[in-house]
Amino acid sequence: MSAVRIIRSREWARPVRPARREVVSVAPESDEGRPPLLFVPGFGHGAWAFAEHWLGHAASRGFPAHALSLRGHGASEPAPRASLRAYVHDVVQVAASLPRQAVLVGHGAGALVVAHALARYPARAAVLVAPVFGGWATFGAALRRNPAGTLPAVVGGRLRLRRAQLFSRELPDAEARRYVSALGGAGRRAQWQLLSRPALEPAVGDPPVLVLGSPDDRVVPAGALNRVARRYGSAPLLFPGMGHDLMLDVRWREPIDALLDWLEKEPAAR
Amino acid sequence: MSTSTDRPEPAATTLARGSDGRPVSDRGDTVCVIGAGASGLTAVKNLKEHGFGVDCYERETGVGGAWNWRHDRSPVYASTHLISSRPFTQFPDFPMPDTWPDYPHHSQLLTYFERYADHFDLRSHIWFGTEVIRVEPVEGDRWDVTTRSTGGYGPERTSRYAAVVVANGHNWSPKLPRYEGLEEFRGEVMHASSYKDPAQLRGKRVLVVGAGNTGCDIAVEAAQQASHCWHSTRRGYWYAPKYVLGRPADQVNDMLLALRVPLRVRQWLYHWTLRLTVGDLTRFGLPKPDHRVYETHPIANSQLVYHVGHGAITPVPDVARFDAYGVELTDGRRIDPELVVFATGYLPRFEFLDPKVLGDDAGTGRPTLWLNAFAPGYPTLAVVGLLQPDSGVFTLAHWQAVLFARLLRQRLVRPERAAAFAATVQARAGERYSGPVKDSTRHWFEVGHVDYLRAVQRALDSLEDR
Repeated sequence: MSAVRIIRSREWARPVRPARREVVSVAPESDEGRPPLLFVPGFGHGAWAFAEHWLGHAASRGFPAHALSLRGHGASEPAPRASLRAYVHDVVQVAASLPRQAVLVGHGAGALVVAHALARYPARAAVLVAPVFGGWATFGAALRRNPAGTLPAVVGGRLRLRRAQLFSRELPDAEARRYVSALGGAGRRAQWQLLSRPALEPAVGDPPVLVLGSPDDRVVPAGALNRVARRYGSAPLLFPGMGHDLMLDVRWREPIDALLDWLEKEPAAR
Repeated sequence: MSTSTDRPEPAATTLARGSDGRPVSDRGDTVCVIGAGASGLTAVKNLKEHGFGVDCYERETGVGGAWNWRHDRSPVYASTHLISSRPFTQFPDFPMPDTWPDYPHHSQLLTYFERYADHFDLRSHIWFGTEVIRVEPVEGDRWDVTTRSTGGYGPERTSRYAAVVVANGHNWSPKLPRYEGLEEFRGEVMHASSYKDPAQLRGKRVLVVGAGNTGCDIAVEAAQQASHCWHSTRRGYWYAPKYVLGRPADQVNDMLLALRVPLRVRQWLYHWTLRLTVGDLTRFGLPKPDHRVYETHPIANSQLVYHVGHGAITPVPDVARFDAYGVELTDGRRIDPELVVFATGYLPRFEFLDPKVLGDDAGTGRPTLWLNAFAPGYPTLAVVGLLQPDSGVFTLAHWQAVLFARLLRQRLVRPERAAAFAATVQARAGERYSGPVKDSTRHWFEVGHVDYLRAVQRALDSLEDR
């Protein structure tokens, strides 16, 4: 990571255009002063992916839980030309609108968006779930497993993920089909930025970062998962047998419980 | 992260005696922040983020300082809007909502500061209604801070701190010019700080003195409310529109700064843009500017020239003298205003601090600091927000606070870096961060935001480079 860069002429002179954003929130029954969680879905996913199980579960354990849809996803405003910077802007805007300092939880490429957002918002803590930080290795893995869905993205088409990449075999067919049909696409420029990989700036306020994923993830190779965890000075927390979409898979309860347990015992995150 | 938000217990922690022999409660490594306005809040937030305990004293009962219209020292008036656009004005790690306008209203600013304070849980660090009356250096680079309830009642209390951040603002103590015969003048006279509402101007013959952004705002309001408005300026100015090419003017300007276009070229481009948009101001009877743009604090006002063109504002030169029934101008003309508004600015005041501490040996009221923040010989003292930038001040105050927090951390972790920093402060105090500017108290703290932030960036790098 490079040192903090305080002259941000491009951000001042060319601010990201506002866009209508979908935010789904579930409040706990009583406010126990726990930090709010902001879930950031990956490319193609919307707030619905967390609304399915995780939001309700986090709220039942006392955490105010919010999920947003990045522009161009879910019920947010369409944005076919969105860049990674616009997505980061969306996350920081929603985080700053919450009443208290938030914990950012990013999934897939949403974890990369969160990693960039940490340089523009002092999160209380961050959790990167099955993080897709891009790069050629990830691209190679995607190409091998799903050439038909990956190749169009190279020429600006939509990146299509297959059911086998996202879920374990245990997930009932009907549910898997419902989730896959709800998938959308990310902006073309943002997809390309997964390959060009803009440099990550240091996180504001040094928040604790937890990385979790699955060794059987067909999108994030084990090596990539370890590299991300090493960047934040830790090892990933692993949930074998689960697909890439840990929040939708049959055993969705295990990773969210681990995440909340970590938040409860991590002193800086409380 | 430290959680020392507990309030000092005077009796329990008393270890030392102050200069006057009264007991001092020792607050250990805690840092004291004076003021909970924009600069004070960002100081509390950033010190806290870097692991320091913080006590902040605020004489008013709310946050927001000058931007809180409820405060008796607040200079805002009903129509105050930002002069710099949103991206230049917000704290770099807590953006304003992107649904807000390019130039938010002062009431939105107050909401913003209140949300900032709540979001980062800053209020538990702030002692409201408490005034700082003395700040004295003591051995070990520590500070005795004496406080009492605002208004002067209640006992005084002295606490000892590891470091002090002075964030008491510099736009609250009015600067009133002296004019011959002003005492005899029978009309109404006010400083812009007591101007709150256009109703104060309604139906009157008004003279507005001063062409700062406030003076221009008030002249524009007088143009719409008063029966007549004279606008007196010392010299000709460049009245920049708030929008250029359909975008906030500062955003257009910063594209040139980002490309490191030299000052002369930028001045040429700016003159050229103004000629195309605002046109030749001398046609309107306004004096020709005696300086190039960027040499005085920028005035962003799209409406002034418009109202001059509609005859609602009569531009006049400087005031020569007052008499009982009128005003004589330097060109010999006489005018007869009923109300004179002096929009003549403010002066900084640090009455709780020996002026010598801030390098003001001559007693002129002008501190000599490095980066407008660090005083030679006092490594644990910083002034935050003593800046008059050509953009928003809050971004700059944020980075001053971050720099100070990192300096305090390096004092503990790598003292040799902190010592090198102190040497730099000693050597380079009084440095300027702008191009040449007209000599005036108005430009004491004038900085170009990019020049200034480049200097802060170098200071941060020198503290932390491996």
